[in-house]
Amino acid sequence: MKLPQAWRQPLAIVGGVVALAWIVIALAAPLLAPHDPLAQDLPRLASPGPGHWFGTDQLGRDILSRVMYGARLSIPLTVLLVALSVLVGGLLGACAGYFGKWADETIMRFADLVFAFPTVILAMVVAAALGASLANAVLAVLVVAWPAYARVTRGLVLGVREREFVISGRLLGFSAWRSLRVDVLPNITGPILVLATLDIGTALLLLSGLSFLGLGAKPPSPEWGAMVSAGVEVFDSWWVATFPGLAILSVVLAFNFLGDTLRDALDPRTARAIKERAL
Amino acid sequence: MSPTSVPSKDPEAGGNPKAVQDREGTGTASAPKAAGTAPPRAGRTGGRSPLARFLIRRVLTALLLAVGITLVTFVLTNLVPGDPVAANLGQRALGDPTIVAQWKAEHGLDKPLPQQYLLHLQGVLQGDLGTSQQSHRPVRDDLAEAVPATLELAGVAILISLVAGVAFGVIAALRRDRLSDHLLRILSLVGISVPTFWLALTAFYIFFYRLQITPGSGRIDPGMSPPPQVTGLYTIDAALAGQWDVFASAIGHLATPALVLALYTIGLLTRFTRSAVLEVLGQDYVRAARAKGLPGRVILFRYVLRSALVPIITVAGLAFGSLLSGTVLVEAIFAWPGVGQYAFKSATSLDLPAVMGVGLVVGAVYLVINLIVDVLYGVIDPRVRLS
Repeated sequence: MKLPQAWRQPLAIVGGVVALAWIVIALAAPLLAPHDPLAQDLPRLASPGPGHWFGTDQLGRDILSRVMYGARLSIPLTVLLVALSVLVGGLLGACAGYFGKWADETIMRFADLVFAFPTVILAMVVAAALGASLANAVLAVLVVAWPAYARVTRGLVLGVREREFVISGRLLGFSAWRSLRVDVLPNITGPILVLATLDIGTALLLLSGLSFLGLGAKPPSPEWGAMVSAGVEVFDSWWVATFPGLAILSVVLAFNFLGDTLRDALDPRTARAIKERAL
Repeated sequence: MSPTSVPSKDPEAGGNPKAVQDREGTGTASAPKAAGTAPPRAGRTGGRSPLARFLIRRVLTALLLAVGITLVTFVLTNLVPGDPVAANLGQRALGDPTIVAQWKAEHGLDKPLPQQYLLHLQGVLQGDLGTSQQSHRPVRDDLAEAVPATLELAGVAILISLVAGVAFGVIAALRRDRLSDHLLRILSLVGISVPTFWLALTAFYIFFYRLQITPGSGRIDPGMSPPPQVTGLYTIDAALAGQWDVFASAIGHLATPALVLALYTIGLLTRFTRSAVLEVLGQDYVRAARAKGLPGRVILFRYVLRSALVPIITVAGLAFGSLLSGTVLVEAIFAWPGVGQYAFKSATSLDLPAVMGVGLVVGAVYLVINLIVDVLYGVIDPRVRLS
């Protein structure tokens, strides 16, 4: 990966700045937010103006503060979700690719089955069955998310499995686990990390979508998808739904800008491996 | 992860021939790249044409997956800790063990799980999907109303996306690194980044509530009665019956949700078409065609698009899957009585038969789409069926 060059692209800079800004907002929300995100002490459904720049919701809570605090929920959860998917999917995919035979068949047929459903519908069923909570929503998205990583990792492992240094490692008496860790893993982490960056946007869309459907965050919590959902009930007060939606859009867009540039900067051989998965 | 992932498309990393041969016949997206390394083996089957062999293999895989889908929907809705009894009976009924037992027996929940699955499978084969615990109607009848509504919406959306996405992608590729390419890149990135549910709400607010240029929710104006059912698609049924006012109303009601749904897939297809066309544009035979002086239009349509079509079709199939996902969120806003709404209602009330029915039907639709994509591959690109 030629990272430094990648960062010089305007899209990557915009994406990086916006993503960084959101991370700062998430970290410093208690300092930055003008109001308590849960306090119901402002006039109800006040339109945006001095004192409450994003307006207030039907319970008299400040939407700007809620959007800021929402970053503390959405961003870490999304990153955690993607990290878990990489871990689970990567491990299973690596086993499938490295060991082949029945391990490959079993794992990849499971992946095929998950792929046989549209993601939102499957995630919705899982989330509903587990019971509505943000943690369960994360789990539900994880269920639909890991196979993408399993496939990419499997493909990448297949690509290096027969290379001389892996074989010579095995001949030197490396165990399968050590061979995977020492010889295979360093050669496949780059593209998988790029895929993970690309996926942060998608994961956030899915997670907030579940919350929007009422299968994620519970009411008082300032989760963006749930806030948009609350805006549906009072949709002539446009600001209630608009600002949390813009927050989601800007985070997803920032990560997509970053990921898009990263992918261009990747070595074309590995880039092709993830291209078909990532889009 | 993405709502965009699709069955049976192996990554086949790096165009690695091992990966392609590893699972015979499933190499789709990048199979042509590796095809040069796999010598044709047409003689092996003894007479049957390679295309027929390819088709049979695809259909068999699809059938296996179909059984898998019934199993997954069943396991998911049963082994997870949700309690359908609690979700369906009131507090007082729950306190009475005889009512609970009776309810369980009524819905076959008192039998062991494997037996429940076999009963379910047997029912499915006979076209019986059970009775919805919410609507107290056969799930099949509920779905018979919901599926056409969603197919109409998703069908219009995929048509819009194909036309716009392929056109944008070709323009971007031909004008690579110029202003229009950069603009299209940003637009397509915005398209795949917008939360669908929020866009639906915003569009509804602006165009219906504020500007009043689009009709409100539902499939037709509330005052009208649906056209006599033939296909279940209101536009076609209305046209068949000659009810042009209903037809116009149905089109009007379709427009906004279909456009909202299409935005994501337009972004997806634009990006993919661009890279597919760019890859072909760099090939020697395109340069040769240009060198011998063929007009640009001939090169574009006969040489470039023909070959770029293979990856584009993959993404189109994949895009349809994401449309089915998107409908859940869009239907909620536009009160569109489709599968998405039905799935949501039944999932939140843990209406097991309904959830299984939805999973089954949606999985089957998805499977058929992918089968069509695979078959189209074989038809368009002879190298695929030989690999």
